[in-house]
Amino acid sequence: MKESIDTKNFITILNNICETIEKEKDYLSELDRAIGDGDHGVTMSIGWTAVKEKLNDINPEDGFQKICTQIASSFLSAVGASAGPLYATALMRGGMAVKDLDILDAEGFAKFLDAAAKGIKERGKAEIGDKTMLDVWIPASEEMNQKANEGKNLISSLQSTAEKAENAMNETKNLLSKKGRSSKLGERSIGHIDPGAASSFIIIKSIYESIKNMN
Amino acid sequence: MAFKKIINDPYKVVDEMVEGIVLAHHDILKFANNNKRAVVRKDAPIKDKVGILIGGGSGHEPAFLGYVGKGLADGAAIGNVFASPSPDPVVEATKAINGGKGVVYMYGNYAGDIMNFDMAAEMCSAEDILVKTILVTDDIASAKIENKKDRRGVAGDFYVFKIAGAAADKGMEIDEVCRLAEKANENTLSMGVALAPCSLPHTLEPSFVLEDNEMEIGLGIHGEAGVRKGDIKTADEITTELMDIILKELGSASKVSVLVNGLGSTPLMELYIMYKKVNEILKTNKIEIHSSFVGEYVTSLEMNGASITLLKLDEELQPLLENPAHCSMFSV
Repeated sequence: MKESIDTKNFITILNNICETIEKEKDYLSELDRAIGDGDHGVTMSIGWTAVKEKLNDINPEDGFQKICTQIASSFLSAVGASAGPLYATALMRGGMAVKDLDILDAEGFAKFLDAAAKGIKERGKAEIGDKTMLDVWIPASEEMNQKANEGKNLISSLQSTAEKAENAMNETKNLLSKKGRSSKLGERSIGHIDPGAASSFIIIKSIYESIKNMN
Repeated sequence: MAFKKIINDPYKVVDEMVEGIVLAHHDILKFANNNKRAVVRKDAPIKDKVGILIGGGSGHEPAFLGYVGKGLADGAAIGNVFASPSPDPVVEATKAINGGKGVVYMYGNYAGDIMNFDMAAEMCSAEDILVKTILVTDDIASAKIENKKDRRGVAGDFYVFKIAGAAADKGMEIDEVCRLAEKANENTLSMGVALAPCSLPHTLEPSFVLEDNEMEIGLGIHGEAGVRKGDIKTADEITTELMDIILKELGSASKVSVLVNGLGSTPLMELYIMYKKVNEILKTNKIEIHSSFVGEYVTSLEMNGASITLLKLDEELQPLLENPAHCSMFSV
């Protein structure tokens, strides 16, 4: 069982996220058609495809921060949209938070997620409960930090984090949208999962499953 | 009904379209620093003129590249279909149109556009280019009047960009251009109706669902749901419903400009039938029509529907509206 990951593992995880997003893109667009403009899956696919291409040129010895900055920039340039600045900021801030680390254990990963979630909050100016991806990232990063503080290892902390993220995603169904295009729907946004929350959960789950399957 | 499109690869529609536009209008347009999503006036930068940079997602043609030209926008940054451009093309276009008097970013009020344009503005400020931002918020259906700043930008883009473009063309300083653009935005009100959805090239799925006999009042230009669904009515009834909502907010007005905008697949025939009723309603209300624009100015791919926009004019805005503009896709 993996107690920590290095930059090579990190690149593997990113590749796995690209593949997962590609599989889930129709589902994400379908969620978005209900309360947005129906393109979240397309946007995520375009962005992670750009990341996948960029990953071929990335040197694991560049370290976490440089890797994150490079793929954030590829993602942002490819998509723009709302997802571009939000995910790019998350990656850049996450990378910055662990720039001095060679490996990420539970504690290192908790730092990464904490910075990523705060970056999303700052960039999108949303609050918790506004029915956005923040409603997944904040509880997920809190869970990761709590488990790491309790001394839980990487994989078990990530498992709880992924479970927390799934619950948080499902709870966005009950929320009234206050940010983005869906906010114009008012009450009609209730009853639908937020697409950004869904893609966030898919990414977090993919991170967990990637590490679980590593030797 | 299945959607059919004349395209090659859905993931290349925007790049291929932009290339086509720049080729077709090479006398007016050029790429900014070879960025495939940043297009500017061929004679940019204009020394000592405030630059007007507009932008947004693709799929709204002639918005936004069609508005680039003398008297209107100096440049446009273009995103994927219905998605904000990333900061890169915004930065490239800004640099290409900066004539030393600063650049005004103008776009519809959408969260994604704000994040990307703001990131670009930060990058340009770091290079000592003065950037100001004006958001268009003309869509009545998207929020109550007391939250006007939260409203979406739709076809009113046309008037707000036009006024700012004219102010800059006349050599006004950036603060004055912004003041007039804000005023134009305050005075611009839109209300739309949709009869049938569009589809994204990537999914070919309808962007929303309406029954055969249904219409939706207040639907957004990306297929965001509107305020009310109901049975389809006659042109006169639809126009009256839209105009009632607009006039309620317009307050006292003696003179307006009218835009009846098609959303993509509504024939001009129907737009002019609507215009006839708009004309009648304004006459009844003793409001003079200064000018009228009927056609496609801000579309939503092949969406079937239309919107009505009024710009309330005064002695300050009227000459700016009258200032000639010669853009890539039209002259006004």
